[in-house]
Amino acid sequence: MIYLDNASTTKVSDKVVEVMVPYYSEVYANCSSLHEFGQKAKEKLEDCRQRVARVFNAKSREIYFTSGGTESDNQAILSAAQIGIRQEKKHIITTKFEHHAVLNVLNKLKQQGFTITYLDVNSNGIIKIEDLEKAITPQTVLVSIMFANNEIGTIQPIKEIGRVCKEHKVLFHTDAVQAVGNEKIDVDELGIDMLSLSAHKFHGPKGVGVLYARSNVPLTQFIVGGSQENNRRAGTENLPGIVGMVAALEAAYKDLDTKNQRLKKMRDKLFDELSKIPHSAINGDREHRLCSNFSMCFEGIEGESLLLLLSDKGICASSGSACTSGSLAPSHVLLSIGRPHEVAHGSLRLTLSRYTTEDEINKVIEAVPQVVAYLRSISPVWDELEKGVRKHVI
Amino acid sequence: MLYSEKVMDHFRNPRNVGEIEDADAIGEVGNARCGDIMRVYLKVENDIIVDVKFMTFGCGSAIATSSMATELIKGKPISQALELTNQAVVEALDGLPDYKLHCSVLAEGAVKAAIKNYYDRNNIPYDPEAFKNIAD
Ligand SMILES: Cc1ncc(COP(=O)(O)O)c(C=O)c1O
Ligand SMILES: [Zn+2]
Repeated sequence: MIYLDNASTTKVSDKVVEVMVPYYSEVYANCSSLHEFGQKAKEKLEDCRQRVARVFNAKSREIYFTSGGTESDNQAILSAAQIGIRQEKKHIITTKFEHHAVLNVLNKLKQQGFTITYLDVNSNGIIKIEDLEKAITPQTVLVSIMFANNEIGTIQPIKEIGRVCKEHKVLFHTDAVQAVGNEKIDVDELGIDMLSLSAHKFHGPKGVGVLYARSNVPLTQFIVGGSQENNRRAGTENLPGIVGMVAALEAAYKDLDTKNQRLKKMRDKLFDELSKIPHSAINGDREHRLCSNFSMCFEGIEGESLLLLLSDKGICASSGSACTSGSLAPSHVLLSIGRPHEVAHGSLRLTLSRYTTEDEINKVIEAVPQVVAYLRSISPVWDELEKGVRKHVI
Repeated sequence: MLYSEKVMDHFRNPRNVGEIEDADAIGEVGNARCGDIMRVYLKVENDIIVDVKFMTFGCGSAIATSSMATELIKGKPISQALELTNQAVVEALDGLPDYKLHCSVLAEGAVKAAIKNYYDRNNIPYDPEAFKNIAD
């Protein structure tokens, strides 16, 4: 099997599994228990918190453990909304192509009287900083802009966004779920007030994540119950998961530059070779993107059938076509960068990891053109494009 | 699995795929905007569909239902082909996931559109009611 769906989730590394096991079977005490056994677990928890903080140049008390990216996004935005309600500032700025963990929370806030501005991401999948500056009003409480996009991998000008937010005294949250483990992040240098991350995107376990919140940002307790996580997030801490996440996080940053160089070389080979397919186009800026992300559209074909045929060849990929999502509309991300519906249906996303090999990439380079050519040969849309009845868009 | 074995078989090895150069009728439904398009070619002799071919732009279920629909009408009299329903196609494929049912409506529509085209080309009178619900 050739696994190129690492933006969806990743393999938990053997090392991570190994360090987690003792926290299930040996140090299994509740971190809230007063006995020595519990205190040992508590010590480990606080050690983990410190180690996460160190990776992002944050303070331990600014790190909150959560159940993953979705929960962190929810809590960050809903906490900012509470601040907004108190200060009578009910305007939030985001982008058109955020993850649904952000967009659907904002939809709920809209029903509660918030105004949301959705910044354009242009054809390259990157916002213009002037657009952000123009959108900020005295009522703006929060800017929530993702670090790197999950479908097309484009990276936003985070440092400039942080600067603008600071100038206007607006909170800045970034969904860094796709960026953590792939990009260096220093929350002070980048001016980030809140950041979401999820362990399963960087070879850690599923169902565990972090919300970083700067010490002056009051979080609302959103999962209500006990007093864990400094009264901000109730529920017995998932210590084995947290231990695994920290091991995965440190491993990801240990050899970041060499890993990224290797991935970029393979990813660029995919772009170079698969761009030879006629009437194809790269989605998003080719340079300002995660080294692990490949995304292209192929005209005249539909994504789900492409994925199924690649799967028959042992290749795990993904697509933003409507028929893969269960809804009738193709991916909002591809529409946001200006792809017409009929082109957005024919998208292919390949996302690499440290386990990806050159041999696998070569096999994909052989398989994709074959499958695209076959699907075009049975496609009435391609037939019309070739006969000139329909105009090529890409 | 998302799809039944039958669906995957018809998706992987679609029957009657291709074009008929001197077709007696052509029907096409769907649009690229919403994701699925099917085109059907018919060869008709003495009111019998002696050959049928299709081309489809769409997901696995769109291609599989196209294939199955052409199998169900091949060699049949036109009057019988007109009675094809998408439920019959879906049943013949051992079912489809609920959210994929809309993709199967296409096959019934394309067959009907082709038959209507045959009637129109040959000035054969017909009841427009029979073609009222062609999917688009
Ligand atoms: C950008 C982004 N945000 C949020 C999430 C949700 O993370 P989780 O699966 O940990 O809830 C994902 C993962 O699908 C993501 O890619
Ligand atoms: Zn479909």
